[in-house]
Parts: sequence; structure tokens; C-alpha cells
Amino acid sequence: MSNTNKEVLLSVKHVDIAFNNEGKKFRAVKDANFDIYKGETFALVGESGSGKTTIGRAILRINECDKGEIVFKGKRISGKISKEEDTNVIRSIQMIFQDPAASLNERATIEYCISEGLYNFHLYKDEADRITKVDQALTSVGLLPEHKSRYPHEFSGGQRQRVGIARAMIMEPELIVADEPISALDVSIRAQVLNLMNKFKEEKGLTYLFIAHDLSVVRFIADRIAVIHHGRIVEIAESEELFRYPLHPYTISLLSAVPMPDPQIEKKKELVVYDELKRDLSGPKPVLQEIRPGHFIFANDREMAEYEAKLQVMEKEHEALGE
Amino acid sequence: MEERKAILSAKDIEVKFRVRDSYLTAIRNVSLDLYDGETFAIVGESGSGKSVFTKTFTGMLESNGSITNGSIEFEGKDLTKLVTDKDWEGIRGAKISTIFQDPMTSLNPIRTIGSQITEVITKHQKISGEEAKKQAIDLMERVGIKGAADRFDEYPFQYSGGMRQRIVIAIALSCHPKILICDEPTTALDVTIQVQILKLIKELQQELHFTAVYITHDLGVVANVADRVGVMYGGQIVEFGTVEEIFYDPRHPYTWALLSSLPQLGTKGQDLYYITGTPPSLYNKIKGDAFAPRNEHALKIDFEQEPPFFKVTDTHYAKTWLLDPRAPKVEKPEVIQNLHEKILKMTSKGGAFYVEHE
Ligand SMILES: Nc1ncnc2c1ncn2[C@@H]1O[C@H](COP(=O)(O)OP(=O)(O)OP(=O)(O)O)[C@@H](O)[C@H]1O
Ligand SMILES: Nc1ncnc2c1ncn2[C@@H]1O[C@H](COP(=O)(O)OP(=O)(O)OP(=O)(O)O)[C@@H](O)[C@H]1O
Ligand SMILES: [Mg+2]
Ligand SMILES: [Mg+2]
Repeated sequence: MSNTNKEVLLSVKHVDIAFNNEGKKFRAVKDANFDIYKGETFALVGESGSGKTTIGRAILRINECDKGEIVFKGKRISGKISKEEDTNVIRSIQMIFQDPAASLNERATIEYCISEGLYNFHLYKDEADRITKVDQALTSVGLLPEHKSRYPHEFSGGQRQRVGIARAMIMEPELIVADEPISALDVSIRAQVLNLMNKFKEEKGLTYLFIAHDLSVVRFIADRIAVIHHGRIVEIAESEELFRYPLHPYTISLLSAVPMPDPQIEKKKELVVYDELKRDLSGPKPVLQEIRPGHFIFANDREMAEYEAKLQVMEKEHEALGE
Repeated sequence: MEERKAILSAKDIEVKFRVRDSYLTAIRNVSLDLYDGETFAIVGESGSGKSVFTKTFTGMLESNGSITNGSIEFEGKDLTKLVTDKDWEGIRGAKISTIFQDPMTSLNPIRTIGSQITEVITKHQKISGEEAKKQAIDLMERVGIKGAADRFDEYPFQYSGGMRQRIVIAIALSCHPKILICDEPTTALDVTIQVQILKLIKELQQELHFTAVYITHDLGVVANVADRVGVMYGGQIVEFGTVEEIFYDPRHPYTWALLSSLPQLGTKGQDLYYITGTPPSLYNKIKGDAFAPRNEHALKIDFEQEPPFFKVTDTHYAKTWLLDPRAPKVEKPEVIQNLHEKILKMTSKGGAFYVEHE
């Protein structure tokens, strides 16, 4: 599959994000560079502290970019922009958070929680219109209009997360940044929320940036995956491609950590530990470069040659397996 | 099979909580034998009673709750009879120790790591401060803290999440417990660190020889650590067996549902299986099988009469009418049939989860 005829919705262009820690500058995100196509689910995967949320927040204009820029529908949205465009971005890009409890105002009714964005931007004709919109949003996430008068704590975790999704959906966004939307949920409820997100993607052509630290979930939901380590994107590929030809040692380490529901296999499993300090870092500075169509890897020329050799072996193996 | 020695034996445990003017029954007549040196995992969705059940082993129920029936035998004592902190001395935090989910809440943020470990050591052993410090540093090294002596005087915020959880483990093990209860010990951690912590607990178990009880809703974790598994639903254990029996030959429809909803087994472009409806309210008396309203295979009798445990093998029991000889034959769902073959394929060369080792 080629990406040439796909419409780019969002571009993160050579973005650096730094924080000041007691006077010292800390680069939380280093030269992040990727496109998200309209209608796809783009996943950002990496361990805790790798900079995933920081990138998500930069897209929502909460974090500033130190270098580079972010472009949404052809227009720059990072840095200084007009008030009108700011409003437009806040509306078109919505976020779903990890912790469904913390993201809702506990003292407000569900009706208010869901209407908040409508109020803030006066996105309704009259009261009747607002109520219709709230009811529609509730129904679309599998809740009932009669739930409107309840408070968040009267719902289960999965239901609260669905309220969070309704709250985002009512704004009719084009892009949703979902920051570990299911990590805090029970296994059985996770499935519901993932199905729901897929439903909106299909029905409304919604685009997602899906943040996770677990590759097993991502394989199921993502079209493309970017693997991030210590603020640096080390590999990007289509989901199938990444699982078929994982190349970067950190990607392989993440893959080896996926828990499989099979005791015989799981008990024999060996973790591949990725230790950046033990790597051979000689040679010129590495950059993100394309190794197979749509498959990018962070490497210098020496490493590139190694990856290419490895890739050839893998391709032969897949051929031998008849695929 | 050889007779195994039960180190702890819970019988017909019932736990009730008082909430305003009413009572809810969180645990409904649960029995469990823990064997010496084994790893037992308890799985089930949120609210099924996993934490409450194991809290009865250490007398840690909140003050509005109490054990209203049953007994827990441990070293010749009935733990349900213990009341005061003094009664529990030498057992809670010593012979039976617990690790909780969030390492940040188990550690005091304004005290050094070292002082928090030595405090527990000196509480249970009559030794000098110097000796306690030596033991603490030794423990820190054992749980994988590099340069332990130098990091002894640091505070929790100077440690990463994974390192903090290692300290919590060190504290829990400082008194050489007979039973270690791990209540969702890795859910707050990311996958790579999770695997390392699980491995650490396993190694320490070999070395120090204790019985481990894992509480989790992640079946991948269960497959990794458990010898035996108990599946909880609505305040009861509804199925238990060896880990292989539970994964390869599950018999309770709730166990089927839990396994089927794993994203690892999902096919892209198709909906994942999920359990409809919500868990039962614990305020009302539950009639029949608690899972019946959510069970697509429910029989008429499931709504009327509570099923007994049916024996599958000497080690495997399930509480479902489907095992009654008169019940119609129902196959487990397609996605979890031939589970081992499927996962073997996924993790072998050419499969999505194949990993090459150097
Ligand atoms: N406002 C801030 N000030 C200072 N440092 C920050 C700030 N926000 C994030 N950081 C640091 O930036 C790094 C990346 O953090 P980020 O929250 O993006 O990680 P993450 O990948 O989302 O991790 P997790 O999986 O734990 O959510 C971390 O080292 C974090 O401590
Ligand atoms: N102090 C309390 N007062 C009232 N109800 C309680 C109390 N503690 C627990 N419960 C109830 O008892 C039931 C079992 O709770 P428990 O904490 O054991 O669930 P769990 O299986 O550990 O769930 P989770 O996976 O969310 O930790 C729940 O319905 C819970 O709301
Ligand atoms: Mg984050
Ligand atoms: Mg619990």
C-alpha cells in the first residue's frame, strides 16, 4: 500500500520540546518528524517517560515547540497563531485521557460534562438543539439520554471513559489524541472502548493519534505505528509491516514484552532488554531514513547496512514460509 | 498425585460492608487452599472481590467491613478471630505481606528510602540500627537497585516508578514472609518494566521460598507467573485449576469471556469480543448464577438456582450448570479454541509476535 495518494491531516515537522528542570534544559522530545493521514489511526508507542504525552500536548497547543512546527490541514498551528485559528484548533482536535475519573469534573452532571465544549464555543442554536446533541452523543457511545442527570462517580470506569469519548465527539473533531485511553480499564471494558473508537473511525472518518505503551493493543487498532524511545522516534511503519519486519532493537524489546495468554509459551519467554548504553554508537549521526516503502528507521549508514542485511534475511524467511 | 500441604486454608468466607443504612456482600462463601511454595493468581474484573478477599488474610478490611462467616486457618490459628493490632503482630507484614499497585502510595514521599526499609526490619527483628542498615542495603541490591549504598539516603521522587516498586518489594520481603500477596503489582508500570518485576519476584521466590498470591486482571501476567488460577466473579471464585487447565480447557462461560476479549487474539477490522452488561449489584441477594444475565449460554436453571462446583479433574473445578450431565453441550468460543496452537503460530517465525533472540 502506498501513502502517496493519501491526504495528510497533521504534520509534526522536526519538533523539539524542552523543559527547564532547575535551570537545566531537558529535551523531552528530539526531532520528532511524522505525518498523520486523514482517517487513519496512528499509534505512538514507548515506555513511560519517553515523551508520548508531551507530543500529544504539543499538538493540542498546551506544550510549546522549541524547534520545528506542527501543521494541521496545511496551516501551522504551533507557536503564535490568530485567536480565530486557535479556537478552530481547540475545536477540531480533541483529547481523550488515560484516567477517566480525573478527566471529568466530579461535581458536574454528565450533561454538563458533555456540554462543556458546546458552551465554551457557543456551538448550539438553542437549548433544544444542545440537548439533542448531548442525547445523540450519549447514545453514540452506548449510554442512555436518561444518564444525563447523573454524576461521574455514579458510573463504572468503562462508562466514565465513554462519557469522556462523548465529550470529545460532540465537538465533531477531525483528530482525536487518545492518550492511553484504555490503560486504566479492565480487560473486558478495554474491548468495548476499542470497538467504539473503531466504530467512529469507520462511520465519521475520524483520525486518531493513539498513545500506548503496549504493542498488543496497538496491533489491533493502529494503521501505522511510531516507536519512541527517550524522546526519539526510532521506527515508523505500517502496523503489519512493523510486526513482520521489526528492526530497531528497542522495537524488538517492546515486542518481546507483550504478555501472551498462553502459560507454556509465556513461561519460556525471554525478555530482550534494550540497553542504549551498550550499543555501538560509532559512525556519523543517525537520522530517520526509509528502509522499505513507508518503513522508517533511525540509523546511520553503518547501522543502515546492518538493518538492510537483516531485512534481506527476514524477507527470504517470509518467502520460504510462503507469504 | 502426591498430597500437597496447604499453608493457608480459607473456608466459606463471607465479607459484608456497611454503606450508610444498608449492607453489601462483597465476598460470598469463598474457600481456597494455598499450597506451600506455589503461585496462585486471582483474576476477575474490577469489583469482583479480589482485593477484599485477600485483605481478610491480613486483617486489612476497612473499618466498615467485616468477615461474617467462615474461617482462615494459618499455622494453627484462625485468622478470622484476630482483632487487635497486637493479635496480628508477627503475621501481618511479617509472615503474610502485601505489595500494592501504586508504589507511590505505599512509600512515604518525605522520608528516605533507606529509613523506610530499616523501620520495617527493626519492627520485626531485635537488631541494632547498623545491622538493620546492612540488611536493608543487601535487600536493595537483591531487588536490583544498583549502587544501593549510595542511594540509601535518597527520597522516593528520586527513583523511577519501576525502582520504587522494587523498593516496595524489598520492604515486603524484609521479614521473610511465608506468603506474599501481590495486588496488581505491575499495572502502573509499563510492559518492559513489568516483565522485569515479575521475573524478579519469581527469582526471589526460588531463593527465599514463599507462597505468592497474584491479583490481576491481565491474563498475560497470569500465564507468566501462575501455577494455579482462581477466576472471581461477583464475590465468588467461579472456576479454579492449574494455569494450563484454565487457559487450555476453561469451563466457565465467564472465563471464556475474559479470555476472548484479549486484544492479542483480535483480528484487525473485526470487533473484539466483549462482555455486555454490568456486574451484579452486591446489595441484593443474588439468585442463581451471578453471571447468568450476561451469559449468552445461560440456561433456565441459571436464573433460579446457584450452581455447585463441578469437578473437571482432581485439580480443576468450575461452578457452572453447563457441567451438569443434563446440560446441553456448549463449545467454548471459536477465538479461544486451540489457543496454544494459535499462539504458537503468532510467536513462531512468520507470526506477528515472533521475536528473534540473539
Ligand atoms: N511540564 C513538565 N516539566 C518538566 N518535565 C516534564 C514536563 N512534562 C513532562 N516532562 C518530562 O518529559 C519526559 C516525557 O514525559 P511524558 O509525559 O511525555 O512521557 P510519556 O511517554 O507520556 O510517559 P507515560 O507513559 O508515563 O505517560 C519525562 O521525563 C517527564 O518527566
Ligand atoms: N470499604 C468498602 N466499603 C464498601 N464497599 C466496599 C469497600 N471495599 C470494597 N468494597 C466493594 O466490594 C467489592 C469488591 O471490591 P474489591 O476491591 O475486592 O474489588 P477488586 O476485585 O479488587 O477490583 P479492582 O480490580 O478494581 O481492584 C466492590 O463492589 C467494592 O465496591
Ligand atoms: Mg503519558
Ligand atoms: Mg483490587
